[in-house]
Amino acid sequence: MATLLTDAPPGMTAADIDGFRAVQRLAYDCAEAVAARLHPGTTEREATAMMRRWLTERGVRDWLHLPFAWFGDRTAFTGFKVPHQFFATGRRLTEGMPFILDVAPVYNGYTADIGYTTSLGPNRVVDRLLDDLATHRAFILEAVQAGRTLRQIYLDVDALMARQGYENRHRAYPFGVIAHRVGKVPDARFRPHAFGFGQNALRGLLKDGVRGHREGWSPLWNHRKMSDHPATPGLWAVEPHVGFRGVGAKFEELLVVEADGHAYWLDDDLPHVHRWADRGLHGTAVTGTAPDRLDTLKEPV
Amino acid sequence: MTSLYSLPGARRFEVTAPDGVRLAAVEAGAADGPTVVLVHGYPDTKEIWTDVAERLADTYRVVAYDVRGAGESSRPEATSAYALHHLADDFEDVLDAVAPEGKVHVVGHDWGSVQAWEFVTTPRIAGRIASFTTISGPSLDHLALVTREGLTRPTPKRVSRNVEQAFRSWYVYALHVPVAPEMAWRGLLGKHWPALLAKGEKTLGAPEPSLPEDAAFGAKLYRANVRHRMANPRGDATTDIPVQLVVPDRDKFLAKRLYDELHRFAPNLTRRQVSGGHWVPRTRPDLLARWIGEFVDRVERDAVPAPAAAKGRKARRDEDNRRRFAGQLAVITGAGSGIGRATALALAEAGARLVLVDRDGASAARTADLAEVLGAVGAYPETVDVSDAEAMEQLAEKVRAAHGVPDLVVNNAGIGIAGSFLDTSPEEWKRTLDVNLWGVIHGCRLFGAMMVERGQGGHIVNTASAAAFQPSKSLPAYSTSKAAVLMLSECLRAEFAAHGIGVTAICPGFVATGITGATRFVGTSSDQERSLREKTTKAYKRRGYPPEKVADAILRAVGRNTAVQPVTPEARAARAASRFTPRVLRALARVDLPK
Repeated sequence: MATLLTDAPPGMTAADIDGFRAVQRLAYDCAEAVAARLHPGTTEREATAMMRRWLTERGVRDWLHLPFAWFGDRTAFTGFKVPHQFFATGRRLTEGMPFILDVAPVYNGYTADIGYTTSLGPNRVVDRLLDDLATHRAFILEAVQAGRTLRQIYLDVDALMARQGYENRHRAYPFGVIAHRVGKVPDARFRPHAFGFGQNALRGLLKDGVRGHREGWSPLWNHRKMSDHPATPGLWAVEPHVGFRGVGAKFEELLVVEADGHAYWLDDDLPHVHRWADRGLHGTAVTGTAPDRLDTLKEPV
Repeated sequence: MTSLYSLPGARRFEVTAPDGVRLAAVEAGAADGPTVVLVHGYPDTKEIWTDVAERLADTYRVVAYDVRGAGESSRPEATSAYALHHLADDFEDVLDAVAPEGKVHVVGHDWGSVQAWEFVTTPRIAGRIASFTTISGPSLDHLALVTREGLTRPTPKRVSRNVEQAFRSWYVYALHVPVAPEMAWRGLLGKHWPALLAKGEKTLGAPEPSLPEDAAFGAKLYRANVRHRMANPRGDATTDIPVQLVVPDRDKFLAKRLYDELHRFAPNLTRRQVSGGHWVPRTRPDLLARWIGEFVDRVERDAVPAPAAAKGRKARRDEDNRRRFAGQLAVITGAGSGIGRATALALAEAGARLVLVDRDGASAARTADLAEVLGAVGAYPETVDVSDAEAMEQLAEKVRAAHGVPDLVVNNAGIGIAGSFLDTSPEEWKRTLDVNLWGVIHGCRLFGAMMVERGQGGHIVNTASAAAFQPSKSLPAYSTSKAAVLMLSECLRAEFAAHGIGVTAICPGFVATGITGATRFVGTSSDQERSLREKTTKAYKRRGYPPEKVADAILRAVGRNTAVQPVTPEARAARAASRFTPRVLRALARVDLPK
């Protein structure tokens, strides 16, 4: 695998790619470590504070966004109407409750944005949702490599979720994005953040937006016309999020798109990928086969 | 089965109480299974349990006995001999005979339940009881305490509950009149009782020849206990034993609200709600036996979950659904998507068993998959086109053989068709009516016949549409088929009422499901059709009414036995307009749908 990864998107070196991979691992390590320390009675606010402290202790000074934590039916964004509802609340964890940790640190100038779903003790619905997300990971990669437009992929993911019997919950994110670009963040003396978002990293996204607007592409990947173009070279934080009867599940990780349109998942050494491998599911294929359900998607669902 | 004595392995035995009363008892069924002791009420004998015992006998060791004064047991003359502590002694003697060691599961109906409450709240006996299923028989102590609360600290709720129960207890006062009840039972009342019961309660089965004497002596149960206990309730009448409370919807003698506070006295409480009258052991043996069996199994496995206090609207609704639908067998057509799938999943969460029918086998299998994840007791996908009469007949036979007679049938499969009347070809008409109307007819015909034959009630839900009362020049075929479904449901409801089978027509309105993506738009090219499908789907999505809400409405309507249930606000408005201002609907019918 590693040899494949020497190719890098324009403007990035192999060392950059390694840098992104390192921060993504760090972020997932954080999520796993914090998830292991959660217990009945922990609140969302406590969980986000734990993540923040864990990463700060390891040298993270800036963020794309501060850590988020959603417990219980908040994992499916039940009843979310205004953006502030994404922020951590005093909701307490109970036995069997699903939860999602979402954190986006900037480390050594590289950004990661990850989402980690699990439950406190066994939860069959969470298990099932996580299993079924494997198809989405394989499908998204395949579709990006095939050069399909991001809007089209978004709608196909939508249809796949509907066919699975799930709701698309990434539609609840700002701009309804399933993914957004991430980039290098220059080291700055001031690292302000407002409404949970780091302004340095956000500035990069904004720059991309301006440039994309001129060139006819968008750094935000959603169902709108502005996403009706193939994936642009660079790194995309992809976060399909399914919801099912008050339980939500997502993964979020970086997808690398090269100048020639070739794409790969930045790292396969991730908890959800290992989980799929342990359960004999096909989420691990980097150049994965298209999900067999793709054809059936053309039928009405 | 006509008698407990004809059950497999039935053995009759007698026990003698300390005061010399001889009790006739029977034990039957699986000798190595958990022991279930069935206690009958008034004016019945142990034979009231025949149907339930028959269904339990395969797995459990079933014990039933005639309470003193009834059936083959002796009938002491003194009223004082019927006091609760004597009944408790009787029960202990039976336990000594059948289960000198180990614990038993008690099921009580009516007075059997009233006395069983005494057993489970008497520490000496409670230690020998593993679980208690109570049907239509509150503890006199609880009744007294709750009634007193209504008097000393009245709230509108408590007062109205007291008043309701005071009226429903008319027969209790009547039984306190000296001599007259005995004369009535030994005379005309005893003679006509079976007919009265068959008419009022729809019970079947031959009456016991001993009825007049059972009823005459049984009056002493009331006289010996009711006044005394209502005046001197025990404050310590509580129990930690797992209790399953079965409440019939249409019990003429007991207010449902009587049990509102039961968790205070029995915190380990599981509630069940059954559609039926007072004598559910006779009228709903299938469901009752299933609930008893599941409860006994859970207690034996030590897996009784601590009942979570239902907080919030959703939790309360889920709890209501569990009370009613746990263990029920439901057949749902069109279960692979949309409203069918949402209904299946809502029932799965409530712990039902599901047969999931869809033309698209893969989607039905997917629904079954999800249903099991959510906690369905079983979910079985079936690939059947509802318009195929033969296939439907095979399905019905298969369901009966593999799972039994369904308690709930949701005839939901349907297809969409739009376009003017003159553009609709005879083939398109046929296809529409085949699926939307004939599919429902087959479902009602086959499963309805089974339900009638079984004689234990049930419910049929037919998915009609707001188009059933909202005419439109753009939907002639669809509206016609759905109007037919609506009328069919209304007629069927009238016919099946006599069998205790409810029929509901659901009229959803604009709901975001897959139907728009597969609708046939007649008189359009395939390109136009595709774009119309996309546009309609988008419009429905923007409307944003989820099928899950329709599923909630369906479950609620089954609970209330609603005749016609419009769901979305527009469907409700159209329903109201069709009754009060039909001209408005006629004007709307002429509007062109946006293309």
